[in-house]
Amino acid sequence: MIRRTFAALAAAGVVATGLVAGGAALAEGVIKLGAIAPKTGPLAGGAVVTQWPNIRLWVEQVNARGGLDVGGDMMTIELIEYDDKTNPGEHIKLAQRLAEQDKVDFVVAPYGTGFNIAAAPIYGRYGYPMIAVSAITDKMEELTERYPNLFFTLGTTTAFVDGVREILVEQREAGTIGNEIAMVNVADAFGIELADRARELFEEEGFELVYDKSYPLGTPDLSPVMKGAKESGAKAFVAWSYPPDSFGLAEQAIIEDLDVTVYYSAVATSFPAFGGAFGNKINNVLGAGGTNVDDPKIAEYRAAHQEVTGETADYWASANTYAALQILEQAIVGAGTLDRDVVTQYIKENSFDTVMGELSFENNFSDKFWSVGQWQEGVFRGVKGSNVDGAADVRLKEGWAE
Amino acid sequence: MLDILVSGLLLSGTYALVAMGLNLQYGVARIMNLANGEILVLGALAAFWLYTTAQLSPLLTVVLVAPISFVGNWLIYRFLLTPLVRRSKSQGALEVDSILATFGMSFVIIGVMVSIEGGFFAYNYLSEPISVLGSTTSLNRLIAFLIALAIGTALYLWLNLSRSGVAVRAVSVSTEASGLVGINVARVSAMAFALGGAITAVGGALISTFITLDASIGVVFTLKALIIIIMGGVGDIRGAIIAAVILGVVETTVASVIDPGLTLAAAYLIFILVLLFRPQGLFGRKPA
Amino acid sequence: MKPASWTELGIAAILVFLAATVPTFANGYWLSIGVTAMMYVALATSWALFSGPTHYISLATGAFFGVGGYLVGTGMSDYQQPFWLMAVISPFIGAVLAALIGLATLRLSGVYFVIFTLGLAEMIRNVVSWVQNNFLGSRGLYVLTDLRDQHIYWLLLAVAALVYLLGWIISRSRLGFSLRIIGGDETVARHVGINTATAKVILFTTTGFFAALVGALIAPRWSYIEPNQVFSPQLSFLVVIMALLGGAGRLWGPLVGVIPFTILWEWVAIQFPNQSTLFLGLAFLLIVYVLPHGVVGRLEELRARVRGNP
Repeated sequence: MIRRTFAALAAAGVVATGLVAGGAALAEGVIKLGAIAPKTGPLAGGAVVTQWPNIRLWVEQVNARGGLDVGGDMMTIELIEYDDKTNPGEHIKLAQRLAEQDKVDFVVAPYGTGFNIAAAPIYGRYGYPMIAVSAITDKMEELTERYPNLFFTLGTTTAFVDGVREILVEQREAGTIGNEIAMVNVADAFGIELADRARELFEEEGFELVYDKSYPLGTPDLSPVMKGAKESGAKAFVAWSYPPDSFGLAEQAIIEDLDVTVYYSAVATSFPAFGGAFGNKINNVLGAGGTNVDDPKIAEYRAAHQEVTGETADYWASANTYAALQILEQAIVGAGTLDRDVVTQYIKENSFDTVMGELSFENNFSDKFWSVGQWQEGVFRGVKGSNVDGAADVRLKEGWAE
Repeated sequence: MLDILVSGLLLSGTYALVAMGLNLQYGVARIMNLANGEILVLGALAAFWLYTTAQLSPLLTVVLVAPISFVGNWLIYRFLLTPLVRRSKSQGALEVDSILATFGMSFVIIGVMVSIEGGFFAYNYLSEPISVLGSTTSLNRLIAFLIALAIGTALYLWLNLSRSGVAVRAVSVSTEASGLVGINVARVSAMAFALGGAITAVGGALISTFITLDASIGVVFTLKALIIIIMGGVGDIRGAIIAAVILGVVETTVASVIDPGLTLAAAYLIFILVLLFRPQGLFGRKPA
Repeated sequence: MKPASWTELGIAAILVFLAATVPTFANGYWLSIGVTAMMYVALATSWALFSGPTHYISLATGAFFGVGGYLVGTGMSDYQQPFWLMAVISPFIGAVLAALIGLATLRLSGVYFVIFTLGLAEMIRNVVSWVQNNFLGSRGLYVLTDLRDQHIYWLLLAVAALVYLLGWIISRSRLGFSLRIIGGDETVARHVGINTATAKVILFTTTGFFAALVGALIAPRWSYIEPNQVFSPQLSFLVVIMALLGGAGRLWGPLVGVIPFTILWEWVAIQFPNQSTLFLGLAFLLIVYVLPHGVVGRLEELRARVRGNP
């Protein structure tokens, strides 16, 4: 069984380094953790950056420490992972499998809003606490009422748009942009929802959307979009985009030498690959997410991520994904049991010390997250967020030269 | 206006790169190759990987990728597809078999690529602005367009002027008749399939310089290629190129003048209209 | 496609009855495989109603399925309509759409028909996304109901049984006879006075109706609808592949394709979680070479051998 190899290897490593005295391999000494996310399909490109490396990192670290102290027993983690192929039907089926066949003790919440909501009824039935990260919605209240074991940590649609709105208002007051905004969005669930909300919030502030267009997922040539935005003359450009079009838009902005002082593109702007592909040209580009690399905890986490997975952590949801696992860890240890109801209750009632700082839930919602970040000299720093410390000052985009 | 035409033509170059290979594979070798898009992405992966690890220019990768893909596709045809060609009694039966087999292959290739690079093939090569007839575009798109043009011209001349090219065209018209006049149909088909694979992989390497791909995105290109070759008429290289130009220009026009949200819808609408009026595609032969 | 016999109908009735009891003993996991299998049984059988006898391969299943799922999503989320109402409306919209497509494709044959349906499906997906973006707006399409897997399973089973029954009736009717002649040679069919256009359009409309219905019924299971996921071209391909794998020449062909396919899929997904796509591909290839005429072909070969051909 290939999926067991990793856990076995990790366990072997632990024994070899002598961190635990024998007995770690006893069946009772193992916590089974289930994880389902895409490894292939449209969302795989994002999941292999944000989701999978953090699960591996956390499992490896916990096992290297000798496991978790559950009511006096040291228990190691056995990871059971599946590829949902970015298919909701497949995900649901595998979630059932985790619960009933593999009988995992806990689960990692899925990747993507739709998948979290699709899996929630199943995990809810079995009482798994689900600490969702990559899920952003304005329907939190209704969803958590329906699924009381579902927690949200990355913010709401409104909060997401609000970060951008704040920047636009500030820049208008500073006189660096006018009243005009050019806005584009990808015509898929998330992009449509964000653009819809942004239209309301921006217009409430008296902004004028001089260019407001969508483009289909998988558009091969975004140059007409960028040319249109350029012609509008707006000094602020906002794109509610997904990967890979966040990359495509940046490339076109460089080609067209888009003359703006505020440039924002949403998902994947925070990926190290984004900076890697464009270097200094995308200096001062704004995007969804952000992080505070100067925070010692974050710095330590990022170094470990690099060391263990060989990849640079992305500058947004990676830290939150890791923090969600830390919450689960501390809740299991704190509750001192694998009883899921007790652990869920523990999550609701306590606060947790994570790489994202002190996190706690109110109505299943953790109100501490970055919403907007900016590439500043090769690092994507958080500039706007909710209850986060160390926001960098927003800088102006001045040309696209190297 | 000129702006739209230039962008549109450049996009057509991309589409021609996507479709020319499949046109040979389906038109001549009669394999409805659903793994065509994956071969394209494989070319892109090679370019990305060599560029990020060895700083090798994708333009050099192209030179490497073409012969490798030629041999690889020849082997696929020879060992995996020939048995299907032999056992099928009709074109319909071969179509069914090749759909099933190449669908399987596409999964295998995706699996292999994911194990090499699961994330985005994000890199940047020659994305320098350049002015063409007063319209700004990027150097990488222009280069891809020029290479597409060169490949298209070379293919057209070869098919129409050389002896081997004529044999290929004969096979695309009728395998039975070509066999009767002494053409080695199996060899010509294998060669057409391999050449198609080589062009597709080259296209992938070039496209990756300006579109960010990932291991799973191949199907998008397969769909586009199918649309283009059917619109142009199966087995006709002119048809594929003209269909690519129509799609490129229509998409860019709609995106610039009407709404970028409707680009793909418009492209499919044109495709549908063409088929409604010419059920065998622009240059296709009437079905026997 | 040969006319189906009374024996076949009898066996089918028994199977439906047995299948209906599955939720009483299967736990959630096996039931959820059952839901997936039942979804594909319904889709592939209804696909084969048209494509089996006529040999026209349609890749529009994903479009109709998507219409069903999407209408339920937008109806419930954007217009606060009850699930049942949307589930009843959507197959009719799917059928109207299919009728239009059927009329439009009358002149097309062979691969041109195949790719035309694919292009149409993609166009519908893009138009729907655009309309949603520009006119409806959205806060996400949520389909939150109290339906559990067993309810969805029974609903899909009922659809599959209905499709089968309809197929059985058609195969014994004048319409079925006409379709078989069209499949043999369309020109001959026209010469002997068969209205090929009507026959084709009726059947295509039926497949559109059922695919949209299945899409609508599965929506509550997904809970959240993204246009780019419900209108999946991959679904169209999978349906075709399962039906062909079974053998589209028999009414029960898709059934014997779907079941081993689903089991194989599941087995691979579990055995090779890191490389399931790769191994699925290898499994496909193996099937193509080992089962040249699909499961039906193999079964009939076996039957012929058992009966002891001299």
